[in-house]
Amino acid sequence: MPRLNRLILAHLWTAFAAFGGALILGLWQMWVRSPFAAPLSSSENYFISVTAHGSAMGYVLTTFFIMGFGYFVAETALKRPVPFPRLAWAGFYAGIVGVALVVGTVVSGRATVLFTFYPPLTASPWFYVGLVLVVVSSWVWCALMLIGMGQWKRENPGKSVPLAMFATTANAVLWLWTTVGVAAEILFVMLPAAFGLTEAVDVGLTRTLFSWTLHAIVYFWLIPAYIAFYTMAPQKAGGRLYSDMMARISFVAFLIYGLPVGLHHLFMDPHPATGFKAVQMVLTVLVAVPTLLTVFTVCASMEIAGRLRGGKGLLGWVGALPWKEPLVLATGLSFFMLWFGGFGGLINMSYGMNAMVHNTSWVTAHFHMIFGGSVVIMYFAIAYEIWPKLTGRAAPCVAHQRVQLWSWAIGMMILSLPWHLLGMFGQWRRVAQFDYSDPTISWWAPWMTASLIGGAILVASGALFIWNLARFHIADRAQRLDAAPMEPMQYAVALHPGSTPAALNGFRLWNILVLVLMTAAYALPIAHSFIVNPPHALVHRVNG
Amino acid sequence: MAIDEISVAKSERRWATAMAGVSAVMLGAILYATLGLHLNPPSNVELIDPATIHVSGEFAEENLGTRLEPTGGIVTRLVTTQFSFSPACVVVPQDTPVTIRVVSPDVIHGIMVVGTNVNTMVIPGYVSRVRTRFTEVGEMLMPCHEFCGLGHSQMIAKVRVVPVSEFKPDADGRAHCAAP
Repeated sequence: MPRLNRLILAHLWTAFAAFGGALILGLWQMWVRSPFAAPLSSSENYFISVTAHGSAMGYVLTTFFIMGFGYFVAETALKRPVPFPRLAWAGFYAGIVGVALVVGTVVSGRATVLFTFYPPLTASPWFYVGLVLVVVSSWVWCALMLIGMGQWKRENPGKSVPLAMFATTANAVLWLWTTVGVAAEILFVMLPAAFGLTEAVDVGLTRTLFSWTLHAIVYFWLIPAYIAFYTMAPQKAGGRLYSDMMARISFVAFLIYGLPVGLHHLFMDPHPATGFKAVQMVLTVLVAVPTLLTVFTVCASMEIAGRLRGGKGLLGWVGALPWKEPLVLATGLSFFMLWFGGFGGLINMSYGMNAMVHNTSWVTAHFHMIFGGSVVIMYFAIAYEIWPKLTGRAAPCVAHQRVQLWSWAIGMMILSLPWHLLGMFGQWRRVAQFDYSDPTISWWAPWMTASLIGGAILVASGALFIWNLARFHIADRAQRLDAAPMEPMQYAVALHPGSTPAALNGFRLWNILVLVLMTAAYALPIAHSFIVNPPHALVHRVNG
Repeated sequence: MAIDEISVAKSERRWATAMAGVSAVMLGAILYATLGLHLNPPSNVELIDPATIHVSGEFAEENLGTRLEPTGGIVTRLVTTQFSFSPACVVVPQDTPVTIRVVSPDVIHGIMVVGTNVNTMVIPGYVSRVRTRFTEVGEMLMPCHEFCGLGHSQMIAKVRVVPVSEFKPDADGRAHCAAP
């Protein structure tokens, strides 16, 4: 068992508790939007629910899962204790206080600004303080990952950092860069406004700053899934990682191209000039590349496994894979959803075409498919893989894990395919109720009903997930693995483990590159706000 | 496994080249639409003070709605506020270039005309502008598509597209939605 198993479990259970609550809110929101009357339905409750759902899924589930999994990787991949465990616990408690502040202000209706804030709407200052605490907590984690990797490199001169840890640290570096934008927005604009020190804000500037964070944050969420693709799924399938080098290149590409692309979220805004948007559109095309490389390397790694297991012919290896293993099954389902999510993303990115889908259900569908689908299903699979190591118990029932993963993927398809369709036909976003008696939109009703059913399947699947994990803890002592000691965590070995170039064994060069690209992409758009000095907008407090 | 290190590197180079090609084709298509067809997102760095929008000038109440400008162009002016559009209905002629200009005196809003590519955010401090041409006659929904507060869901206006022969601006060039 990892020495820090209590710390890791505390993080992961916080993540999944937030997930469980947010999931139920999501279903209720679908019910409110459907043609059927929902209980407790009101505009106020709906937008409180949307704020809570987005904040819990986007900030709590992700950040706490990534931190917990990161501590697990740091200990098991480097095979050494995580440095400063007390600091790690302090970071955890700071994050918990932050979550409590966010939950308290949101539930009491003092922070109904959704999880993307929308200044000049201004929430209770304690909402922003809570978010700052969650971010500070994650910065502690980033520092510990960097220190841990640095110490290992000094202890193992000339050796390449294990891929799982290299990728985890890449994510920590990415996250430090990512949070600069939202931190600047909150510290310099929102907190002064929320505490009443300023009465007006530059709305365009706040949007530009938030866009800095808004895209890279999704790569922060997604990298744990990619770590599982590269280092866990091939191992579980009985194969080898096709290429360690290519994997490192992909993670580095996420780091450098994930950041200078955020303005593509503001394509439909008036304030960024066309040229600023065009530069970041070009960079956005490049960020598709690491995913395309990943598809190849992971498929090739799985092909090795399938052939080692006796698969023959062009595609015979696919059937030979151990699909009964939850991690292998989840990887397959995740890739399947990645096609839809990735395709949707390419449409969003396509500049002029964005006008067709901006702020429609298409966008909601896109990020539910790619984050809620492709990424979160890997969070489940990672949990199933590491829970035996964390609790020292074997999985009580692997069949239930498979049912859970299948139902999640099916539920997500049923939920989000109708949204894609309705979004194409102009169903607008963030609306509590639709007037289905309007003849232009009455045809939406059956599709919204289908989505509602998808949501119900997801809630059932999520409940089964929580139950599957809870059973590890309440299992009979007889199921303890005391007799046969738990095998240590094994990560996939590269087919040809060679030496790694120094550039791909650290982040110095890549940090310089990020700095150059971020300066090119963001210096002018941010400076622009100060040069044109637009009139500010009066703060609108929603503080109860 | 039979596959040696050189073959691995070779297969990866081939795939990476193919994917670079795919990305280049996508980028080429987008750049063609941008530079060749002039399809750009609606950037418009034009400032306006949200506090004084209503008082006078272009977005004073009497100037809102659709107008045949003395220069001959058709401009539709709108103000989006918590939680309504002024005016709540605008009329435009079919198959005619129309410039939509929108401002917000309070918070962020967004507009789209359902079934068309008319789509822009409305950011207090800036004038949003979309140029378009409505091809089909009829009444279309124009909702606010960005969260602007608790009344956001009720914030919907209409665009009425009429044949050019039925588009009859008054002496001042203004056209209003007739009672349905």
